[in-house]
Amino acid sequence: MKEVSKMIRTLVLLCTLCISLQGFAISEGGDQGAVDTKDEVDAYILHHIKDAHDFHLFSYTGDNGERKHVGFPLPVILWSSNGLAAFMSSEFHHDDAGKVIVEKGGSKFVKLHGKIYELNAGASEVQFDEHHHAENAAKVLDFSITKSVFGILLVGLLMLWAFSSLAKQYASKKVPTGFGRVLEPLVIYVRDEIAKPNIGEKKYRQFTGYLLTVFFFIWILNLLGLTPFGFNVTGQLGVTAALAIFTLVIYTSSGNKDYWMHMLWMPGVPVLIRPVLAIIELAGAFVIKPFSLLVRLFANISAGHIVVMSLIAIMFTLKKSLGVVGATSLSLVLSFFITLIEVLVAFLQAYIFTMLSALFIGMAVAEHDHDHEHDENGHEVPDAEDVRGDFI
Amino acid sequence: MEVLINDFSPGLFVVQTILLLGLIFLLVKFAWKPILTSLNERESGIHDALAAADKARADMQNLQADNEKLLNDARAEREAMLKEAREIKDKMITDSKEQAKVEGDKMLKQAQAAIESEKKAAVADIKNQVAELSVEIAEKVLKEQLSNKDQQLKLVESMLGDVKLN
Repeated sequence: MKEVSKMIRTLVLLCTLCISLQGFAISEGGDQGAVDTKDEVDAYILHHIKDAHDFHLFSYTGDNGERKHVGFPLPVILWSSNGLAAFMSSEFHHDDAGKVIVEKGGSKFVKLHGKIYELNAGASEVQFDEHHHAENAAKVLDFSITKSVFGILLVGLLMLWAFSSLAKQYASKKVPTGFGRVLEPLVIYVRDEIAKPNIGEKKYRQFTGYLLTVFFFIWILNLLGLTPFGFNVTGQLGVTAALAIFTLVIYTSSGNKDYWMHMLWMPGVPVLIRPVLAIIELAGAFVIKPFSLLVRLFANISAGHIVVMSLIAIMFTLKKSLGVVGATSLSLVLSFFITLIEVLVAFLQAYIFTMLSALFIGMAVAEHDHDHEHDENGHEVPDAEDVRGDFI
Repeated sequence: MEVLINDFSPGLFVVQTILLLGLIFLLVKFAWKPILTSLNERESGIHDALAAADKARADMQNLQADNEKLLNDARAEREAMLKEAREIKDKMITDSKEQAKVEGDKMLKQAQAAIESEKKAAVADIKNQVAELSVEIAEKVLKEQLSNKDQQLKLVESMLGDVKLN
């Protein structure tokens, strides 16, 4: 009981810290200076949930009225029409409106709304159409170490360090000590609650590595997104798409004969319906399943970020009607509870993604026709594998 | 939708794919494989240890049953030995009693025979003495009564007639 209350106290403290720092970030954020109005808050939030080319911590206005940005630049790596180009993001001087032009390797680059464009040959500045789209510039393939990639690298190294040190512990002792004692039950949880029940006792082992990696990757990145550093890695479509396609590739490549049989020529239904079912099944396997995975994770995490930041923004948007103290306390109370829920969502989304991946893999490798034990009358006795097969 | 498509960064997708592939590979090699292997080993170790403990308990019970049986056997054997000893003792006592009786009888008979022969000898001796006494009496009677010869003779006759040999 004492432990639990201690844990809750720590959690509350962490959440409060996160909120206050994020609030600070909002109040100080944006290139235009203070963020006070609803439009500015919207723009700030939408800017935040996007990927960024530099790691921005906070900004302030100096004594001489100049905006100062604190953070560090990240490398920009581009594949343009003239080949590879690499430079530091500081060369854009925090410009995000396509005004600063960087010339590298014979190409001219501008940054516009978080994306890097290459100016067409001969153009010297970006021209916009009536929808504020660039007319004379095209997007380039951007392999930059963006904020998200930085987060991925950070989490990847963190996981490698944490779990390889856990693995090393087993060489000298049977039961890990220290932080390994926290990690081991999580590993066992993924193995026993996600991999084994969904894939089956016989085949779970070869897929558990992938499931464990994905589970911890998503979970840690989700939690990292709740910190004031403002990572939104699992809220990037590129990241969730890659994760979903990994699952797609794994369950498609490991699908057995039964899986393809049930997909392309469903047994037990009239022959005329079979092609229709095949179309539905193919669409389900190759489009709907991965799409549901990638959209669910993206939407939940992005929505979480938007909600938390919107509630923090109550501090500014309701300042006039509720007064400074009223708006601030309302904002703190609401955002505190939403942050607590987001901590739960962070775990839940990692669990759901991993669980569904395991389920899809389990469906692909399920054995429908295998040897059964026979009772004394010669009837087949259904075993656990059949029950599982019927269930999924 | 347009915003979403615009936000999708193919470069980030490619980078994430490569990094995730590397991460999976490295983690499987350096973390998951050893961790899962050790976990499985530990679990089967625990399983084996529990089975061994069960077996040991069963063995212990068997051993106890064996001991109990041995103890019972020993007790029964002791009982049997005691009984046998008691029987032997009883038999020895009865045997000696019988032997003593036989011996006693024998001695009794010998004694009786000795008494008989002694008695006979004594009787014979008495007869001799009686005869001698008779002779002496007769001598004295004769000496005294020789004077009254006829009377004496009659007396002798009547006396002799009274003395009956037994």
